[in-house]
Amino acid sequence: MNRAEQTDSPILRMEGVSKRYGGVRALASADLIVFAGRIHAVLGENGAGKSTLIKILAGVVTPDAGRVLLDGAEVAFDSPAAANRAGIVCIFQELSLVPDLSVADNIAISNPPRRFGMIDRRAQRRLAEDALERAGAPDIHPMALVKDLPLSRRQMVEIAKALARKPRVLILDEATSALTAADVAKVFVVLKRLRQEGLALLFISHRMHEIAELADECTVFRNGANVATYAAGTKTDNEVVEMMIGREYSHVFPPKPAARATAAAPLLEVRNLSWADRLRDISFTAEAGEVVGLGGLDGQGQRELLLALFGVLRGVSGEIRIAGVPASPSSPHAAKAKRIGMALIPEDRKTEGLMLPMSVRENLSFAALPRVSTGGVIDSAREHALVAEMIDLLDIHVAGTDAPAGSLSGGNQQKVVIAKWLMAEPRIILLNDPTRGIDVGTKQEIYRLLRRLADQGAAIVFYTTDYDELIGCCDRALVLYDGAVRRVLRGAEITERALIASALNIGAETPVAAGEGSRP
Amino acid sequence: MSEGTQTRLAGAFLRRVDPPVAIAFGCVIAMLLLGSLYSRSFLSPEYLLQQLKVASFLGVIATGTMIVILLGQIDLSIPWVVAVGGMMSTAATGWGPVGEAMAIPFGVACGIALGLVNGFGVAYLRIPSMIITLAVNAVAQGLMVVHTGGFSPQDSSSPAMRALATGEVVFGLPNALIVWGVVGAGAIFLLNRTTFGRAVYGIGNRERAAYLSGIDTQRVVLIAFALAGGLSAFGGVLLAGYASKAAQAMGDAYLLPAIAAVVLGGASILGGRGNYLGTVAGVILITLLQSILSVVQMPEAGRQITYGVVIIAMLLLYGRESLAR
Amino acid sequence: MSDWRYRLGQNRGTLLAFAFFIVMFAIYVSNHPAGFSANVVQTAANKGVLLALVAMAQTFVVLTAGIDLSVGMVFVLTNCLASWIVVGTGLTATAGVAGVLLTGLACGAINGLIVIYGRLQPIVATIATGAVFFGFALLLRPVPGGDVYGPLADALTGRVFGVLPASLVALGAVVLVVWIPYSRSAVGRAAYAIGSSETAAYMSGVPVGAAKFCAYLLSGLAAALGGLFLTFVTYSGEASAAIGNTYTLFSIAAVVLGGVSLFGGSGSAIGAIFGALMFRTIGDLLFVFNLDPLWQPLFQGLVLLAAVCVGSARLFQVRNRLELFP
Repeated sequence: MNRAEQTDSPILRMEGVSKRYGGVRALASADLIVFAGRIHAVLGENGAGKSTLIKILAGVVTPDAGRVLLDGAEVAFDSPAAANRAGIVCIFQELSLVPDLSVADNIAISNPPRRFGMIDRRAQRRLAEDALERAGAPDIHPMALVKDLPLSRRQMVEIAKALARKPRVLILDEATSALTAADVAKVFVVLKRLRQEGLALLFISHRMHEIAELADECTVFRNGANVATYAAGTKTDNEVVEMMIGREYSHVFPPKPAARATAAAPLLEVRNLSWADRLRDISFTAEAGEVVGLGGLDGQGQRELLLALFGVLRGVSGEIRIAGVPASPSSPHAAKAKRIGMALIPEDRKTEGLMLPMSVRENLSFAALPRVSTGGVIDSAREHALVAEMIDLLDIHVAGTDAPAGSLSGGNQQKVVIAKWLMAEPRIILLNDPTRGIDVGTKQEIYRLLRRLADQGAAIVFYTTDYDELIGCCDRALVLYDGAVRRVLRGAEITERALIASALNIGAETPVAAGEGSRP
Repeated sequence: MSEGTQTRLAGAFLRRVDPPVAIAFGCVIAMLLLGSLYSRSFLSPEYLLQQLKVASFLGVIATGTMIVILLGQIDLSIPWVVAVGGMMSTAATGWGPVGEAMAIPFGVACGIALGLVNGFGVAYLRIPSMIITLAVNAVAQGLMVVHTGGFSPQDSSSPAMRALATGEVVFGLPNALIVWGVVGAGAIFLLNRTTFGRAVYGIGNRERAAYLSGIDTQRVVLIAFALAGGLSAFGGVLLAGYASKAAQAMGDAYLLPAIAAVVLGGASILGGRGNYLGTVAGVILITLLQSILSVVQMPEAGRQITYGVVIIAMLLLYGRESLAR
Repeated sequence: MSDWRYRLGQNRGTLLAFAFFIVMFAIYVSNHPAGFSANVVQTAANKGVLLALVAMAQTFVVLTAGIDLSVGMVFVLTNCLASWIVVGTGLTATAGVAGVLLTGLACGAINGLIVIYGRLQPIVATIATGAVFFGFALLLRPVPGGDVYGPLADALTGRVFGVLPASLVALGAVVLVVWIPYSRSAVGRAAYAIGSSETAAYMSGVPVGAAKFCAYLLSGLAAALGGLFLTFVTYSGEASAAIGNTYTLFSIAAVVLGGVSLFGGSGSAIGAIFGALMFRTIGDLLFVFNLDPLWQPLFQGLVLLAAVCVGSARLFQVRNRLELFP
């Protein structure tokens, strides 16, 4: 690996930068130093300030205090356009692509080549093709509409768009989370080549193996401040996590019960479930008292499987049985009904799980309105009682139940979403990456809760991107690849090695035989 | 007191007294005081009661409009659904004693039917509400043109209709006002104390989350539009009762005021936020404004301009979207 | 996929509107008692161009995910103004035309300022400004009346080369001079971006405020062109609320029929023009089939309802219902 010559003066420097949002302090006198020709990783828990840091550099928000120096000179950006002009380009997690415009239009959106005052389409197309080539995605047609492209292709367009601006500092905010494994490898090649060309790269990621492969140096943020900067590879993963959470770290998972054989029909039985080309012939079961995990790389169909079970998808073929009785939920309303009794904790709590401006109480009772009403009229006393019970059960920190849900912290918001569904007394609980973006303390509370619910007789199916959760929480883990169940791991078989191997579709494995998805 | 506690307490107080509602009522009072400078009769009970009676018609219509706006949708079929209500109820009156007795329910039922078409289009066919209600408005107009043969409708309203709209039964309070009061009380109960109302606010806030929470969002939207249609038609029935007969294009003058009243009352046009008391204030505000402008004998041109400027000014006061920075 | 497939896909709405219009017009003309004569086409064109111009005005705003409920009133206001100042000699008439167009731009500017800098929702803001514009129209023409510069009016409502309606030629010129350059410029593309996703547009450095303002300005201009043309057709100015409201609502119908998405980000003014022409022809079809004119409004309404149900029913394509809730 040929490192470019390191210059002594950094290309980018942040000193004492602070930012407040209302009563929340996102950044507290943060510092950061970035050199050209180096890849610099930024780590930290959600809420540690990484996103705010990036947004300040990219010109999306302005800092309350402190300064940013580019090439030694102080700069202040009042818009993303200003930051781009200075050579700082950022690729965000929420894509900044316009869905109804073409790839070429998107790549050249802010400063297209012009002729007679109008956009020169031919020159723009050449520009786009160039950028796509540099980004390692020459197969994307420049005239395709962005909204017709799958998520991983869109991310590649986003990267091409950033490269087309000829940046000097490239910032990636979890930019690889939507990519397929093959694309990730291609992007890494591109990034390493750019480093050699002298680009300064700043990237946020939670994936330790990516950081290990790419980064030259790392900085850990905690509570809005820079707590440590070190050369990559000089700290163990545990040490890093401890720096991130500021205390001694140990994954604490509640103990799993020994496997017990039951004669009863499994609570959830799925046979030959297929949908579009995203789910292929999936079969598995989940017993009462069991926690089944869905693993595998992002985008292999795990989310779609949960949505299909919950009745959100149309055109699902295959068989679903609940406690032996055939059922085909055609909507969440049907799936929630007593006859089926399913609950889904959705992917994005802010847009799918909660109505943020409405009160905590209104959100909590929203899925169980029949329980707190008679004949359509809400019984206020019953509602307050049940809500208090749930807040107690889940230990939700809230000043008063009338506070808007948007005022709660991420962890508490997720607890409200879970509590909302528990109020509906489901017997099958589906969870879509429930601990994403949640602080460690709340995560552990959720693990304990899931095990308790299973012990009380629920069947739990949950998708997570965190290997430790699959290993620590699940009785069985189904690893999905390309929409099909690649491997079923039981109990002690669930190891990181086995998970990664099956996720990447490599390693010694036998094809999943019929019945493999169910407990013996 | 910590900053957090202070913010929470202020928040709790503000939630009791919605700022837009307070501002709207404040403007009503301001307008009355201003008018009293022109003439003392502005503060007389007779004038105030008369205004409230006139406001009742708009109030009934605006109730339906508000429910639809809370969902995050819009109902542009008000003009001709109002006309349908008026014309169908007067027509039924002419169909013998049974027809006369059923005139009011029949008029309202026609409105509900049109509302169901709106609701079906929005909920099940996912057609943008703006365009389907526009189409239904055009169809309703077509139906009424055929029904009246292009002439002014000649049917008279039933005695019941006239009594509702113009009579006074209790302590000199206009019946129309009592009708609005009953409708309003029903709306407040529906929106605040029922699961339907909770679902309406939820859908208006975030339809995706409401859907994923297992709410039958399609049924709620359907019922909401049906209610709006029924209430618009009921407004038409009352108007026909007031004038003793229906008239061509009788509902045209109610579309924009209904929407304006709801928005001036603090409801967000995007849905999910709004208080019925605000709509009451908005309705009274608009009615007063129109009345004052006519009493000072401002020509129609000046009235229109004042009307528009006042709405913009009030919206700028509290209707602005927040700057996301 | 080859380039042509992409181009077709992107202009699908416009092409469909064009196809439907041709079919409707063919039916109309083949059943008209006077047949496919220049007179028939000229009358139809004059009526159609009026709505087409207002539909074009609506398109500029709808593309940015807004709506303009005041277009009909700008149309009426500029009609009344034109009946006062587009008179006299060729020179004064030309100055009058400039004045009318400037007024349209001013109305658009007012809408733009209130929506962008006042940060009010377009639907309510334009309801209010519509009332104000109508008030001014009433000041100008409390009763219908006025006049217009004859030679210009006759020229634009007449025929070119004895056969082609001048109004269509003028409309074509407006499209060439205003719409095409706009839609191919960075500002025009910015409008599409804003309608498609305002946050993505902002994050990408698109000048959101300036592009929206430009869209509202052009909307006012197009509506003013419509009002001017109305004066040429009627030789007078009339402050009619009925006309204003009708044109506003019909412009929304035309825009939808023309394949422009009410959610913003896709569609073309050319499609909206065909949508307007289609809508006008539908109304005239009844006359041609000798049906009682009493049934015309109902027929028009039912066709609109059917078109809207078929065109907007996105339900059948969707496999993941979450896509229905953006």
